[in-house]
Amino acid sequence: MILKKYEKLKNLQNFTINFGPQHPAAHGVLRLILELSGEVILRADPHIGLLHRGTEKLIENKTYLQALPYFDRLDYVSMMAQEQAYSLAIEKLANFNVSPRAQAIRVLFGEITRLLNHMLAVGCHALDVGAMTPFLWLFEEREKLLEFYERVSGARMHAAYIRPGGVSSDLPLGLLDDIYSFAKQFIFRLNEMEEMLTCNRIWKERLIDIGIITAKDAINLGFSGVMLRSAGIPWDLRKTQPYDGYEQYLFDIPVGNSGDCYDRYIMRVEEMRQSIRIIVQAINFLSNISSSFLQKIESKTFMESLISHFKFCTEGFIVPVGETYTAVEAPKGEFGIYLISNGSEKPYRCKIKAPGFAHLQALNFICKGHLIADVVTVIGTLDIVFGEIDR
Amino acid sequence: MIKGLINLIPFFLLQETREEKIMLVTSENLLIVLMFLKLHVFGQLNLLTCISGVDFLGVNHRFCVIYELLSVAFNTRLRIKVFINAYECLPSVCPIFICANWWEREIWDMFGIFFKNHPDLRRILTDYGFDGFPLRKDFPLCGYVDLRYNPNKRLIVSEPIELTQNFRSFTFESQW
Repeated sequence: MILKKYEKLKNLQNFTINFGPQHPAAHGVLRLILELSGEVILRADPHIGLLHRGTEKLIENKTYLQALPYFDRLDYVSMMAQEQAYSLAIEKLANFNVSPRAQAIRVLFGEITRLLNHMLAVGCHALDVGAMTPFLWLFEEREKLLEFYERVSGARMHAAYIRPGGVSSDLPLGLLDDIYSFAKQFIFRLNEMEEMLTCNRIWKERLIDIGIITAKDAINLGFSGVMLRSAGIPWDLRKTQPYDGYEQYLFDIPVGNSGDCYDRYIMRVEEMRQSIRIIVQAINFLSNISSSFLQKIESKTFMESLISHFKFCTEGFIVPVGETYTAVEAPKGEFGIYLISNGSEKPYRCKIKAPGFAHLQALNFICKGHLIADVVTVIGTLDIVFGEIDR
Repeated sequence: MIKGLINLIPFFLLQETREEKIMLVTSENLLIVLMFLKLHVFGQLNLLTCISGVDFLGVNHRFCVIYELLSVAFNTRLRIKVFINAYECLPSVCPIFICANWWEREIWDMFGIFFKNHPDLRRILTDYGFDGFPLRKDFPLCGYVDLRYNPNKRLIVSEPIELTQNFRSFTFESQW
């Protein structure tokens, strides 16, 4: 009798389920194969690549300027941060100088992008966990920011605004005033959202002590950005390896201490507040510095300038031979470009280091031993977007 | 920080351009060098940012694999490069850096560089059952097969690609 019971237990098999690719909490096209014992996860095997478009191959076949819009389409919620990384890489190779005003505009829009990304990250995370209201409130704010994108570049999302050497055009009149009035009221919207979430009992029960990462693990797993800082490592490329004049701005870096999902939520909210600080400083800086942009009038009235403009647009410019790895602190983490130029008008190789790739790879490590409902929390806190992971 | 350690490392060549340090090592020494740089107190290059592959078509050592290391403690970056020919394989660095797993899978998928002792060397970004290594320079941009839904068979079928016009690559070699 006892022996029979034992044999029956031995025949039990683990349950394997398919999470995604059409699951709303999978943040896009993630196919996750979960091996379960009851409700406890034994193994999580993410299958990615369902959104693979061969961006790196396409970039190799385009001129430097034509390749720029691909970067908007990688992580489609933090568009300008990636344009900035690519532009900085080219500037490093070709020794372009960027005027202080263009740098300040980049910082301004880099921080607007950070707001955009964190609002989506926090909002969708809350939606996955079960709170619908913050998502709707934050998307209202995102809409306003996307309007700033539109006013400056003509496109709501895929802006192609930050270009090698600066930005594509100067700010339109009155934009800084509107960004300032947005920044003033945004703090209150953030407070409202925090009232809904930060002390919410359900939210805390779902997030606290879920997905804990220690500092050692975070480094071993190659994390960056909020994921690395939540483990208690003060590492932000804006502070440690400043680019585009970030060293002139006053801001703080929130660092977590327990490394769980709740810490990362609190840090994202705090980063949004710090972004507002930077935005206000950038607005002050920009309103005191006059425009140094070249006017396009010349290329519209002189034949020779038109020819030279046409040649730049069709042939592209030549970048000297060399290679560089340039990284920026994108909202999700370190976004790096490894660019090799062979002295032609096309990049020889452009490797895109996406922060989400390293984060998603740790999913198995983080989820092991958690319950199946916590997978959703962990995916939300990793802040993954498949555009950049699949490339 | 690297300067004091340089004499201890069996590297091939050390370059420094635009404040970026590049170290060339042979594939036999790769694991030792990475382990040394990760664990040495004055190295502490313990964060592997990414691994990238490059295909230099037409030269003897065709593939280059680049390891981008970062030291959080010293705020330094170091790039380790390994050149191999089309028939060689590389040792997997997964035992040293666990995050190397997917980066190596990606390079296997895109370039067909084999990594010895890799725990789970499957394709990662391309489709299930994909054939070929797309980021090699001799792989055409449009690929070889075309996927479409066949309504009669009610299946997704893959067919050899048919273009109505040849792929044209525009070059501007003529100076006008």
